[in-house]
Amino acid sequence: MAIATEPLREIAIVEKRRGYWGTVGRRLVRDPVSMICAGILLLIFLSAIFAPWLGLADPFRGSMITRLRPFGTEGHPLGTDELGRDMLSRLIYGGRLSLLIGILPVFNAFVIGTILGVIAGYNGGWANSAIMRTIDVFYAFPSVLLAIAISGALGAGVLNSIVSLTIVFIPPIARVAESVTTSVRNLDFVDAARASGASALTIMRVHVMGNVLGPIFVYATSLISVSMILAAGLSFLGLGTRPPQPEWGLMLNTLRTAIYVDPWLAALPGVMIFAVSIGFNLLSDGLRSAMDIRN
Amino acid sequence: MLEEIEDRGGPRQALLDIKGLKKHFPVSGGMLGKKQVVRAVDGVDFGVAKGETLGIVGESGCGKSTTARLLMHLIAPDAGSIVYDGTPIGRDLSLRELRRRMQMVFQDSYASLNPRLTIEDSIAFGPKVHGVPDAKARELARDLLGRVGLKPETFANRYPHELSGGQRQRVNIARALALKPRIVILDEAVSALDKSVEAQVLNLLIDLKRDFGLTYIFISHDLNVVRYVSDRVLVMYLGEVVEIGPVDEMWTNPRHPYTAALLASMPTLDPDRRTTQAPLAGDPPNPIDPPPGCRFHTRCPHAEPVCASTRPSLADAAPNHAVACLMHAANSGHSKAGTMLEAS
Repeated sequence: MAIATEPLREIAIVEKRRGYWGTVGRRLVRDPVSMICAGILLLIFLSAIFAPWLGLADPFRGSMITRLRPFGTEGHPLGTDELGRDMLSRLIYGGRLSLLIGILPVFNAFVIGTILGVIAGYNGGWANSAIMRTIDVFYAFPSVLLAIAISGALGAGVLNSIVSLTIVFIPPIARVAESVTTSVRNLDFVDAARASGASALTIMRVHVMGNVLGPIFVYATSLISVSMILAAGLSFLGLGTRPPQPEWGLMLNTLRTAIYVDPWLAALPGVMIFAVSIGFNLLSDGLRSAMDIRN
Repeated sequence: MLEEIEDRGGPRQALLDIKGLKKHFPVSGGMLGKKQVVRAVDGVDFGVAKGETLGIVGESGCGKSTTARLLMHLIAPDAGSIVYDGTPIGRDLSLRELRRRMQMVFQDSYASLNPRLTIEDSIAFGPKVHGVPDAKARELARDLLGRVGLKPETFANRYPHELSGGQRQRVNIARALALKPRIVILDEAVSALDKSVEAQVLNLLIDLKRDFGLTYIFISHDLNVVRYVSDRVLVMYLGEVVEIGPVDEMWTNPRHPYTAALLASMPTLDPDRRTTQAPLAGDPPNPIDPPPGCRFHTRCPHAEPVCASTRPSLADAAPNHAVACLMHAANSGHSKAGTMLEAS
């Protein structure tokens, strides 16, 4: 009689084909911290998008007699600002511009910087020198100064400050992308892919991108809060958003004068910036460990 | 599907004919320093016959792996010609076509697989690059997994980190075979494996060679393994070929003093044949500044003044057996010139 000698692993579950990103998604959903952050971010995003339909007070209408009211004032659950405008309403409306000005430049810079960095890192040689030395020129300026200079040259306005912030964030992202790519391109699997006759573009797409996007993405999300603060600085100089437009950075600036009257009130826009940036940070951290399928 | 590669020149034409292969890596001596080069591979000639296994041995840093990468054109040679089955590479045979015909298995089984791709995707990548449709490529990948002894239904959707070293190396072998090559370069392919696993993979390689009609270039520092798999052996020293010949003849009667020293350095289980003295003292000289004349003369027990001035060339010492040593060259000026032939 034949006895089944096949060891146990031979009857291991035949897993359904899920693909790399499917696996990553499933692992991310299982991480509670990432899911809490995703929830908070989703709440902030949705409330910003649907602000006009939430039945909030007019964020522009102030009243000199209800200035700087504390939390819990009737009709103003989060109090009022230095011109008597409803804080809750302004915080939610402020999210529209702040999120745009915080995320869009970083996203643009992420796309452009990653492409530049991966090309420089993968090809090495003169392509690397040409791209990285050009980027170093931008790196030589302090980021605030560079943002002000570009914004000033382009003229005031939200769109121009997004452009100037994009240019400010390309160099650091490209640097990170270049160094990660350089370490990946020396691994044998890239050589094996070259040995199979694949073109550089195919190798970058299939073999390099998947291994470098994680660290670059995590770094890029840490720039979102910086972007919001820089945008606030531009607004303060009259180069970005203009009062009375609600925007967190601008609000933080104008409420600064009220810090001795009601420090909690003055800190509120900062709390929003903090919540968004820490949310993105932890979420991208979770995404990175989900992408690292070795664990 | 990938069509089989046709044989062109018949069985007697060399599958690969390598002449004067050279690669010097620049080392920067600072901004004002002298420009120096590491002579990693310095004028290597050899042929690979159809269906044979050519072993390449030598100490670390002698240029074995560089030679392999030069053959694959993973690094560009500075000089030299490679003729594949009568067709010179470059004009008549594109790199892409060459890489269909010649594949490589690397030493580090983990680093040579993309950690983000499943085993199946890794194997199917090559065929897809050469225009095989996705479904067909996957089918081929699963078929090859079976051929290398891994159950496709268990392993196809796994990631490299979920496999053992031996299993990963089997995957790498399957990946190399996916393009239906005629030559497979095995660069220390079994060196990092446990001894028991190593034996299994070696036997797998021998079976695959028979089944697919392959030609192997087998690079290793393990002389026992080389003897087990090879038909002929090439010995390298400091970027040069010092001896090339049939494996049995080489083992019983090494012509070059370096080959003799290498073979003597193998540990033996026979107590009567144990050696206490190292057959070769010291490290190989610096390849940035190799010794003049015969490169081995600094460590050679038979070295004479002439060895430091005259560079020996690779010449036939017996049929199908070439040596680069002045002792084997008639009228070279070495006192033992010509006598070595009779001694054997």
